[in-house]
Amino acid sequence: MNKNVERLYNGLIKENPTFVLMLGMCPTLAVTSSAINGLGMGLSTTVVLVFSNLLISAFRKVIPNGVRMPAFIVIVASLVTMVQFIMNAYTPSLSESLGVYIPLIVVNCIILGRAESYASKNPVIPSIFDGIGMGLGFTFGLTCIGLIRELLGAGQIFGFQILSLEWFTPITIFVMAPGAFLVLACLVAIMNIVRAKMEAKGKPLAAPSGCLSGDCSGCAQSAMCTGRSLSKEGAASAKATAAKNAANAPKTE
Amino acid sequence: MKELLLIAIGSAIVNNVVLSQFLGICPFLGVSKKTETAAGMGAAVVFVITISSFVTALIYKFILANEALMSKGIDLTYLQTIVFILVIAALVQFVEMFLKKNMPPLYESLGVYLPLITTNCAVLGVALTNVTKEYGILESVVNGFATAVGFLIAIVIMAGIREKIEYNDIPKPFRGTAIVLVTACLMSIAFMGFSGMI
Repeated sequence: MNKNVERLYNGLIKENPTFVLMLGMCPTLAVTSSAINGLGMGLSTTVVLVFSNLLISAFRKVIPNGVRMPAFIVIVASLVTMVQFIMNAYTPSLSESLGVYIPLIVVNCIILGRAESYASKNPVIPSIFDGIGMGLGFTFGLTCIGLIRELLGAGQIFGFQILSLEWFTPITIFVMAPGAFLVLACLVAIMNIVRAKMEAKGKPLAAPSGCLSGDCSGCAQSAMCTGRSLSKEGAASAKATAAKNAANAPKTE
Repeated sequence: MKELLLIAIGSAIVNNVVLSQFLGICPFLGVSKKTETAAGMGAAVVFVITISSFVTALIYKFILANEALMSKGIDLTYLQTIVFILVIAALVQFVEMFLKKNMPPLYESLGVYLPLITTNCAVLGVALTNVTKEYGILESVVNGFATAVGFLIAIVIMAGIREKIEYNDIPKPFRGTAIVLVTACLMSIAFMGFSGMI
């Protein structure tokens, strides 16, 4: 398979950031109260992701290894600011309903994760396709969750009344905060079943690598998030480091 | 005074940062297995968010939205996202070094959690909310502190519930993260009860 097509397939299906890798959960929960919000958030993240992958891959030999994280953050933050202003200008209602979550694309772990694990090691063209694949995968995930929540919570799809209010009482809680947690919980449970089935078939899915998995060993951001997980052995090693630091402290003084 | 109190109650309980704004979900799910670690994480978040909202409010007022510059037609407020994220990342490192050197007992209890917070979206979220709501410096600090206290409340309750869940017989697909999310959903419904308060 062509490498670029492979990247698209990888992002959309094999390592779908929402369903398989479970990355970027903050926006997934926050902006999926309707399908259009999910779509808007997904597309703006895609734009940032494609351009950040492009720039980081182009500059990968110039950026010194020691300061690569701050450099990536500056690149991503500049792109996010541009996207924010473009959305303010051309889609004011969408930008109002997404609010603070647009600037928060900066701390979305998909973007820095792809920068760290793919774009900083690969040539420009595959990096762009990686960004497109991952971005569209994320958009697809957000739109699906948005569709489910909007349909159950308001009987609408993209703002059109699908289920007649004459016989359907909207379950309003689905478009409010608790509904986000509930839909995501069901999604994680379904993915657990799918995962077990695929494993039985001998075709295991990629392990979830985001914060949802509860252990940061597979997280692409662990380079920046030096605290690692405090769960499992993380707690023990964290305590050991703290003890070591405490023991070292008098010496350094 | 009354306004500050309203801001504090509003951000700590009514619009809880985790349960209704979905910021800081990662530590909320990742570090809530034991009440002890959850309380440590919560305390570290309170510490960092309070300091960072003070510093970012200062930077916004005196550098980015500086009146002298504004009157000359130089508007730097568009730099807020870039400046805030870098300032927060540097600040957390600095706080860590300062605590290590000058307050070893505090560092021992908070130190391990500090690096985890750098990438926490709640910190940047609070700084940006302070700007959007046009809070002054005092209001920003109060809002930051209260938001972080809301996080502390949520993560400690969650850890308490999770310690009990460990012993329950949960359907297999729901084991692990899924049941934690269902718990978060129920907590979120409970916190919605506060929404009439303000």
